Amino acid sequence: MDKIMYEAQRQGRFSFYMTHFGEEALLGVVAALQPKDVIHGQYREAFGLLYRGFTVEECMDQCFANVADGGKGRQMPVHYTSSKHYFQSISSPLATQIPQAAGSAYALKMRIPTQYHANDSERNCSVCFFGEGAASEGDFHAGMNLAATLKCPVVFVCRNNGYAISTPASEQYNGDGIASRGVGYGMDTIRIDGNDMWAAYNATKTARKIAVEENKPVLIEAMTYRVGHHSTSDDSTKYRDRKEVERHQQFENPITRVCNYMMNQGFWTQAEDDQYKQEVRDHVMSSFKNSQKKKKPPVKELFTDVYDTLPPNLVQQEKELERLITTYPEYFDFLDEHEKS
Amino acid sequence: MLRYASRPLSSLKKTQARWFAAAATQSPDGIQQGVAFSQLLKRTPEEAFRTPELVGMSAMNSETKKMNLFQAVNDAMAIALATDDTAVVFGEDVAFGGVFRATSGLVEKFGRERVFNTPLTEQGIAGFAVGMASVGHTAIAEIQFADYIFPAFDQIVNEAAKYRYRSGNQFNVGGMTIRSPCSAVGHGGQYHSQSPEAFFAHCPGVKVVTPRSPIQAKGLLLASIRDRNPVVFFEPKILYRAAVEEVPVEDYELPLGKAEVLKKGTDVTVVGYGSQMYVLENAIQLAEKKMPGLSCELIDLRTILPWDAETVIESVNKTGRLVVAHEAPKTSGVGAEVAATVLENCFLRLEAPIQRVCGWDTPFPLVYEKFYMPSMIRCFDAIKTAVNY
Repeated sequence: MDKIMYEAQRQGRFSFYMTHFGEEALLGVVAALQPKDVIHGQYREAFGLLYRGFTVEECMDQCFANVADGGKGRQMPVHYTSSKHYFQSISSPLATQIPQAAGSAYALKMRIPTQYHANDSERNCSVCFFGEGAASEGDFHAGMNLAATLKCPVVFVCRNNGYAISTPASEQYNGDGIASRGVGYGMDTIRIDGNDMWAAYNATKTARKIAVEENKPVLIEAMTYRVGHHSTSDDSTKYRDRKEVERHQQFENPITRVCNYMMNQGFWTQAEDDQYKQEVRDHVMSSFKNSQKKKKPPVKELFTDVYDTLPPNLVQQEKELERLITTYPEYFDFLDEHEKS
Repeated sequence: MLRYASRPLSSLKKTQARWFAAAATQSPDGIQQGVAFSQLLKRTPEEAFRTPELVGMSAMNSETKKMNLFQAVNDAMAIALATDDTAVVFGEDVAFGGVFRATSGLVEKFGRERVFNTPLTEQGIAGFAVGMASVGHTAIAEIQFADYIFPAFDQIVNEAAKYRYRSGNQFNVGGMTIRSPCSAVGHGGQYHSQSPEAFFAHCPGVKVVTPRSPIQAKGLLLASIRDRNPVVFFEPKILYRAAVEEVPVEDYELPLGKAEVLKKGTDVTVVGYGSQMYVLENAIQLAEKKMPGLSCELIDLRTILPWDAETVIESVNKTGRLVVAHEAPKTSGVGAEVAATVLENCFLRLEAPIQRVCGWDTPFPLVYEKFYMPSMIRCFDAIKTAVNY
C-alpha cells in the first residue's frame, strides 16, 4: 500500500503521504494486544489499523478526503481515526498523545463501561506510539511522569528510527536513548531490536501483562531505522547517505527477516510469496480505483462536529456561505467535487 | 486618653498597610462599593428562587444553604462525583482541599482513586483530561491559577477543541472540564491576576464560562461538566470568599450560551462578566445618581464562547448605546468581539460609539493595580460618554 500511495501522491492525486518502510516489525506490537486496547498513535503506525481490520480502501478514503472518510475529510492524509478499532485520531502536534494515553489508561483501570469502551470482560490497557524525536517534547515528560505516579496501565512504545525529519538521533538527545528515561521515571523498561517482529510481539505481550495485572506503565524502546523519507514533503538524500539507507534495507529489512524465517521453517515458499504480493497489489489497486471515484463530503460538514450541536454563530456563518455560493456560483465551481448536502 | 488619641493614626496606618487587601470601600459619592454591599447576590432563599431559571425548582425542594463561591464550586463537584461514576477530579494539590479550598472534603467522600493529586504539569493535567474524556469519562481538572494555563494551551486548543471535529464525530472529549481561578485579587501582580478568557474565546470547539456568584457558579459548573463539549471554567478568585449567597442544595444546572439580564433599563446597555459585574453595578448606581432619570440595562454574559449575541443585540436595539467592560487588556479582548458583532447588527440603531472599559494593554501590574483596573469611576465615565454623545 505504501509504495502505491507514495507514487499516487507524487502524481498529485492527494497532497501528502507517509510510509512505514523499515519499521514494519512493529506490527508485532499490535498483534500482541487485545482488540479493545486503546491505541494512541503518532503517525507511522497504520499497520496497526490494518491489522485490526481497517481496510486499505478506508485508508485511501481518508487520504483522498472523500465522502467515505470516517473523519469526514477534515484532516490531512494519513491522519486516520477509527473508534470501531479503538484507534484514536492521529494528530499532527507531536507527543500530545502521551499524557492522553496515561489518561485513557487510568480510565480503563477504573473498569466502568462508557459509550466508548465497554470495559467488560477483560482488562484493557492503552498503547502509545511515538518517535525518539517526539520524546523531546514536554508532553513526553509530563505523560511518562503522570503514568508512573498515577499507576496507569499503559504500554509506551518508542519507535527510535534514527531520524526526526533530518535530525539524527545524535542531535536529538545526549543520554542513553529513550529507555534510560523510562528508568528515570520509575517504570519497567526494555529496549528491543525494532526490526525483529518476534521481539516486538513478545516484549509487548509481557509489557501488556505487567500493565494490566500490576496497573503500571511499561516503556518499550524499539531500535529501528526509517528507510523511507519522513514524508512526501521530504527528500532524505539531502541529509543522509544513500548507502546508509541501502545497507539497512539489505541487511535489516523486517519483512525480509520474517519471510526468510517462514521459508526456513517451511511455512512459506517463494511461489506463495510472489502470488501473495500480486494479490495484495491487485487489492490495493482496485481499492485505489474505487476510492478515487468517490466525491468529497457535502459542504455542510465544514460546520458540523465543532460542538455537539451548531452554536448560533455557526448557524449564521453557514447561511452566509450558502448565500455566497448561490450569488457567485462561477467562483465556487469546485462545489461539484462534493456530494450534495 | 493617649490610647484613644492614637486610634485615628493607627487606623490610617492600617489602611496604608493594607493597600494590597481587597475590601469594601466608601466612594466620594456615597456609593457603597464592593461585593459585600451588592444587591446582585441572593442573600435569602426567596431571592434565590426568584430568578426565572430557578423558579421551577422551589416546587420540589426549596432548601438552600449559605455558601461562598468556593463552597458552591465544591458542592457542584460533589454532586458531579455522586451522580456520575466515571467522574474524577484532579490537579495540583486538590487532595488536601486545594489552595482555594475548592476541593476540600472530596477525597474523604469519594476516595483517592477519584480525587487525586497530579505531578506539577499543566500540559500533563490537560492531556490527561483529554485522554480520560476520549474514552468516555468525566474529567474535572484544576489548573491552579489561570496564569499557568498556557503550558496546557496546546492540549486545549490543538487537541481538546478539535477532537470531535477531526475524528468525524467518532470521538469526543465532551466529558472534559478545566476549572481555574482567574482575575485580580488586589495583590496578584502579573502571575496571579490574569484573565486569559480571550485566548480561548478565539478557539472553535471549546466553551468558555465564568460565574459571577455562588448560585451561578454551582449551576454553570454542573452544566459545564455535563455539557458534551470541553469547557474552560474561569472562577474569579476574589469572589471565592467575598461572594456569599443562599444556594439551593439541589442538583441544578444553569444554561450555557445564555447571557442574563440583571437589571432592565432603557438608555444604555452595560455588558460584563465575572467579578466585573459588581464594579458595573456600582458604576450604574453612580451614573443613575448623577444623571437622574437615566436607566441602565446590565447584562452578564456568563458564557464567553459561544456568547449570547442575540440577548445583547436585542438590548442595544432597545437602548442604542453599549458599554462593555472586562479586566483583560483592551486590544483584542472579548469586548472587541462584542463591539464588532453589535456594530454589525445594530449599526443604524447606535446613538454613540461603543465604549470599552478594560485593563490597559500592559501585563498586570502590582502596585498600579488600582489604576489598571476598569474601576467604578472608569465605567461610570464610559456610561456618561455614551449617554451624552
